[in-house]
Amino acid sequence: MADEVLFEFLHMEIVSHVYKEQQSRKGELDGKDRSACVSILEGMGFRVGQGLIERLTKDSPSFKDELDIMKFICKDFWTKVFRRQVDNLRTNHQGTYVLQDNTFALLTQLSTGKQYLDQAPKYLAYSCGVVRGALSNLGLDSVVTAEVSTMPSCKFQVVIQKL
Amino acid sequence: MSRQANRTTDSKKMNSELFTLTYGALVTQLCKDYENDEEVNKQLDKMGYNIGVRLIEDFLARSNIGRCQDFRETADVIAKVAFKMYLGITPSVTNWSPAGDEFSLILENNPLVDFVELPDNHSTLIYSNLLVGVLRGALEMVQMAVDVRFAQDTLRGDNVTEIRMKFIKRIEENLPAGDE
Repeated sequence: MADEVLFEFLHMEIVSHVYKEQQSRKGELDGKDRSACVSILEGMGFRVGQGLIERLTKDSPSFKDELDIMKFICKDFWTKVFRRQVDNLRTNHQGTYVLQDNTFALLTQLSTGKQYLDQAPKYLAYSCGVVRGALSNLGLDSVVTAEVSTMPSCKFQVVIQKL
Repeated sequence: MSRQANRTTDSKKMNSELFTLTYGALVTQLCKDYENDEEVNKQLDKMGYNIGVRLIEDFLARSNIGRCQDFRETADVIAKVAFKMYLGITPSVTNWSPAGDEFSLILENNPLVDFVELPDNHSTLIYSNLLVGVLRGALEMVQMAVDVRFAQDTLRGDNVTEIRMKFIKRIEENLPAGDE
């Protein structure tokens, strides 16, 4: 599928733009600036996730419960957005879910192993936002974080915020 | 069970929506980052250029297309192969200059602007300016200096979207000194 290359390149440009922009304002980047960058990227993803889920679920029946929603995210949503299903879904049944993708689309081009591991957060922030945006429009407030121990495998942790 | 039915929707289609929306998010962010539209246009062009110089590798590897003999062939390859491959559309090639060094790509429907409406205060924003950079960057990697710009844009009230391309010169291959 051709579009995907275009998306990957665009994503890389976006990441580098956000970081460059921050750097041009501050000079040197410290930890706080880096997290500012991550939250900008996350915000961009959030809006996109909202748009995507609206278009994806327009013909689907309503969901039974939270788990049903998470299953939808792992199967249909993931397939449409990241071109494969989530490999493993775990939950503690108290609102915390761990979605494991063993070959995450945006990491496969980077490395297989531990090299560049420190760069991983930049390339995951956008995706975290997409997932959070999708959940948000399904009525679930959440915090989504990503964790990588060996590329290109990646774990997304979703913590649903109870009202 | 009923949800199963949705899975038949073309996954490629969805991908291009992801792309379109992501592009929209980028333009929004750029408009926040910069004061004026000119600067946003410039940034989009620059980012497009960076994408183009890399995209050409992907394109050549997959399309199996060799060196173009003339600018007309280049135009055909861009419209019929490259646009088709990456955006799923085939623009028409028209308005050749008598010298054959200038032509227009007419885009019937530009996938980048699928869900877009330009607000009045961004009248000088060239929303799809990324494409200009991509074309310029990609052609530069095959030794062609080309001037690319949007001549018309449906987003700004024109009937069609037109990208004007002008061949400037062939870039000589500079071999490093001492290299045969």
